[in-house]
Amino acid sequence: MAKTSVPQIKMPLTGNDAGAYAMKQVNPDVVAAYPITPQTELMQEFAQYVHDGDVDTAFITVESEHSAMSACIGAAAAGARTMTATSANGFALMWEVLYIAASLRLPITMAVVNRALSGPINIHCDHSDSMGARDAGWIQMYAENPQEAYDLWLIGIKAAENHDVLLPAMIMYDGFIISHTMEVVETLPDDAVKDYVGPYKPAYAMLLDEKPFTVGPLDFHDYYFEHKRQEIEGMERAPAALAAAAAEYEKLSGRHYGPVETYRADDADVIMVALGSTAGTARYVVDVLRDQGKSVGLMKLRTFRPFPHGEVTDALGKTKCVVVCDRVASFGAFGSPTFMELRSALYEVAERPLVINYIYGLGGRDTGPDLLEQAFEEGLRVARTGEIEQHVSYLGVR
Amino acid sequence: MTTLKELSRREERFTGGHRLCSGCGAAIVARQVLLAADGPVVIGNATGCLEVGTTIYPYTSWKVPWIHNAFENVAATISGVETAYRVFKEQGKLDKDFHFIAFGGDGGTYDIGLQALSGVLERGHKMLYVCYDNQAYMNTGIQRSGATPKGASTTTAPHGKLIPGKIRRRKDLTAIVAAHHIPYAAQAAPHAFMDLVRKVEKALAADGPSFINILAPCHRGWRHGPEETLEVSRIATNTCFWPLYEIVDDRWKLTYKPRNKLPAEEWMKFQGRFAHLFDGDGHPELVAEIQADVDREWEDLLIRCGELPPRECGDEEEKK
Repeated sequence: MAKTSVPQIKMPLTGNDAGAYAMKQVNPDVVAAYPITPQTELMQEFAQYVHDGDVDTAFITVESEHSAMSACIGAAAAGARTMTATSANGFALMWEVLYIAASLRLPITMAVVNRALSGPINIHCDHSDSMGARDAGWIQMYAENPQEAYDLWLIGIKAAENHDVLLPAMIMYDGFIISHTMEVVETLPDDAVKDYVGPYKPAYAMLLDEKPFTVGPLDFHDYYFEHKRQEIEGMERAPAALAAAAAEYEKLSGRHYGPVETYRADDADVIMVALGSTAGTARYVVDVLRDQGKSVGLMKLRTFRPFPHGEVTDALGKTKCVVVCDRVASFGAFGSPTFMELRSALYEVAERPLVINYIYGLGGRDTGPDLLEQAFEEGLRVARTGEIEQHVSYLGVR
Repeated sequence: MTTLKELSRREERFTGGHRLCSGCGAAIVARQVLLAADGPVVIGNATGCLEVGTTIYPYTSWKVPWIHNAFENVAATISGVETAYRVFKEQGKLDKDFHFIAFGGDGGTYDIGLQALSGVLERGHKMLYVCYDNQAYMNTGIQRSGATPKGASTTTAPHGKLIPGKIRRRKDLTAIVAAHHIPYAAQAAPHAFMDLVRKVEKALAADGPSFINILAPCHRGWRHGPEETLEVSRIATNTCFWPLYEIVDDRWKLTYKPRNKLPAEEWMKFQGRFAHLFDGDGHPELVAEIQADVDREWEDLLIRCGELPPRECGDEEEKK
């Protein structure tokens, strides 16, 4: 355990507990949210903090997720530190305003408790909700466990509010698998969190500054493009802001958070890529296969937006085969989102690895070590023969 | 109560030079509301004519803080601003008092924004929602809305060989709002500007959410002359098509009672959107239906306002 500048307080927390606890410690000005499984618990816990007087937050119990994000936008444009959380269909209902939050450069932060999008209706985990909004202009980070759910939300706030960035951030964690699973989480003392996130300082005069300030005007062909370019450039500055926020956080917590994280991957012939809780299962399978003398490793992709193409090529550029696991389908595309992004990032690597894609775990389909082992074995075959039989296939479907 | 003289000395915070049509009812409404709202104010604007016509980047007509988010969510957006304000006050970060006003057209209020409006009324945010009701989706080109009156021809419910315009009645939005039991709700019209100003002042003084539904004639959609905006507004109240009243703590009160209630025809004949009801053979049966609707609604309003005794159960049957 690395030396930390503040004591770590161990607490048994589910992902939702960890999210609610992070919110409590941040003590935001405004939270607007609407209940949806599996996020509900988080908001219930936070409501209890509000009603017990543990936070100073004004909690707006809106009548829909569309209004949740709309109210967050209003509050953030008034200069308030603003947070929310949702899942699946609620997230989809926010879609329109997600883009508006980003384009108004409002650093709202949101937990997305990943759940399969309807239809058919389902309440369990996959990444179809957040993956669909990968081009909405939000920073997106996937947590592997309750610990990361807690840590990444704090880091996300700091990076989002960085004046070089000013973009909203969403922190994903897998519905039920993480949201409802209790683990020991190391938390920071209240004061340390308060000092770390600091008081929120908007970059510009906001609505309550009484100056004539027009937010969200009609922007035609003569200016829209330039404003979009500025937004894109804000996202291009996000990696540095995330790295700085993570470095400062590491001093407090001893926990290091980069955009990718590798495990026994340096000399591996096959590297699996996974997001969220599946990375934990994959790490276990790597150990099992390594014990059998097989040359396998893992790259966990933590930050999806901005996509860390440099780190991805560094981590994967020397291997023979990359096995990309996507808990989402992209209908009609050549592979799923992580596969597409990652394969594109590897294009200019001189001796680039072969890349195969597995769609897995849709609608919460359990994905155990046996399935990941099956995917690794196919990766090993591809690495050995240099031939891909099928670029995109499934794991664990009838 | 502010006098006209005092109003005339106030700073114009909704400035000219915007790109709304000359004779636009919405522009008159916005100006009157803002004149009445003395002191610091934050305005929210739903997508619609008023928004696109006044804030074409890099220009703005608003000399006050102003936010546009999307079409259906101005109520929720301003509720977020108002909540931030309340928190900052509690935290001691802000000492000035602000008013919060949301503007939405009838499309953004009766239809797509109804849910968000209902939410803020139920939650009790201290803000005024102003619906500038021009009775159709005018910004996109005169499509029928939940506020379009029966018989009117619009681009999505046009007068045709088979169907003579819109055949359904309007929603009674003000009554829907009143069912939320908020401290203040009213109907107003721009020709009765002192009444409108007084209602805005009362609404802003209310301890909780308030709502004013303001008729905003649109000569492009209604088909009358741009110089006739206030005249058509006046006729709407004198025919009792658009009664002026207020609801204070659930008590309904008329604020204008025409000396002679004019036939609804006079209001309809003033506007090209109803012309097909009178041209050639016309649609006398529809005109009669519309008159019966107006009469019934007016009578209901008089009863609610205590100007007529309540109807006994069975009254309708006896009449037949």
